[in-house]
Amino acid sequence: MVDFHGWDMPLNYGSQIEEHHAVRQRAGMFDVSHMTIVDATGPEAKAYLRYLLANDVAKLTQPGKALYTGMLNEQGGVIDDLIVYYFADDSYRLVVNSATRDKDMQWLQKQAGEFDVSVTERTEFAMIALQGPQAQEKIAILLGDDQFGQVKEMKPFFGLQLGDLFVATTGYTGEAGYEIIVPNELVVSVWDKLLDNGVEPCGLGARDTLRLEAGMNLYGQDMDETVSPLAANMGWSVAFEPAERKFIGRDVLEAQKAEGTEKLIGLVMEDKGVLRAGLKVKVEGGEGVITSGTFSPTLGYSIAMARVPTPVGDTAEVEMRKKMVTVKVVKPGFVRHGAAVVKAY
Amino acid sequence: MSNVPTELKYAASHEWVRNEGEGVYTVGISEHAQELLGDMVFVELPEEGDTFSVGDDCAVAESVKAASDIYAPISGQIVAVNEDLEDSPEMVNNDPYGDGWLFKIKADDENELNNLLDAEAYSASIEDE
Repeated sequence: MVDFHGWDMPLNYGSQIEEHHAVRQRAGMFDVSHMTIVDATGPEAKAYLRYLLANDVAKLTQPGKALYTGMLNEQGGVIDDLIVYYFADDSYRLVVNSATRDKDMQWLQKQAGEFDVSVTERTEFAMIALQGPQAQEKIAILLGDDQFGQVKEMKPFFGLQLGDLFVATTGYTGEAGYEIIVPNELVVSVWDKLLDNGVEPCGLGARDTLRLEAGMNLYGQDMDETVSPLAANMGWSVAFEPAERKFIGRDVLEAQKAEGTEKLIGLVMEDKGVLRAGLKVKVEGGEGVITSGTFSPTLGYSIAMARVPTPVGDTAEVEMRKKMVTVKVVKPGFVRHGAAVVKAY
Repeated sequence: MSNVPTELKYAASHEWVRNEGEGVYTVGISEHAQELLGDMVFVELPEEGDTFSVGDDCAVAESVKAASDIYAPISGQIVAVNEDLEDSPEMVNNDPYGDGWLFKIKADDENELNNLLDAEAYSASIEDE
């Protein structure tokens, strides 16, 4: 057990690598009750979020649809990354990181200023992430026939309130699956039902190797308030269109886009050894740093993400245990739906 | 509480040593050490014939969490290494005192064994951690 920003959380229940394989091959679950759930409601909720977030919630028109976005400061740095769900133009739900909870809440309240919107943290909810190719058959145990029928029809990045449960087709593993928001008093029984149904419990260790294989950023490691989303492989989540939408950080990002920024790249090393966060990386454009690195249980060799200056080139040099090692540069994103997807950068 | 077999000797740096007779000693890492390191992903072993003095780093155990040096608990020459760890490093986790052994070393001076900890002293040392 470790103290994870004030929450006692297991790094692993048994073997971390077995937990990783359970999610890639069968179904695993994570207690992610530490995640912060915030509802933004009121007549100007939409206008508020269009100003607050780098992605544009105006893209969301279908109730339940979700969007990944950064929340930026005035300097264009990432305060947090989050998922926002659309219920109606006056009702949205945000799921933000726990590590950044206090500053997120302060920022959300501060920016609410002139808008007619209420920002409410929903501490009465817990959350379980059920992930893996068998997630769909495993979730049936929690649902009535009608509800299960609805869940089977859900497209990715979608959330639906089904009785006591809010079920979303989101996750942090690169597998199909669900994030389930459940009232605190029911979370133990939901967990136990899934456990009895053969879902394997997984800890923070497997969560990290799974998200890294999937090429997903970890806040505080791959980006933070000093890093532009354009330098963190989050450019796709910044909506510059429509041009007239004003959002926090926009001016800085437009200038950075014109000038160019560092890039977040993927690295693979098929030799023995493990790339680790903090190691220096040399590419054509100069020196950068590994932001996340691990042994990939699915691929059987080490993978990493690194923030580097451009141009990048096909290979990079990493200093490991006093030796310079040549590693391959690839797109950040190594495994999806159980299979390797390593692609040249 | 970690398993600490009484028939073995231990280094404070978590290696165990088993007397195989004729001056040869098998070396591995303790159950406590593998618990600290977590799932093993690579084990880099010395080569047969390599010689080490006590305290030299002679192998690397790389786990999901970190790469850790393994130190020679006694001085001597490597006479065998556990090649099965190449494909199955998890044996260090699953059977640290058995199939997860690392190497066998021929002692230069068996008196050095007296400097190692017995099970009781090693158990006490890991309790303080």
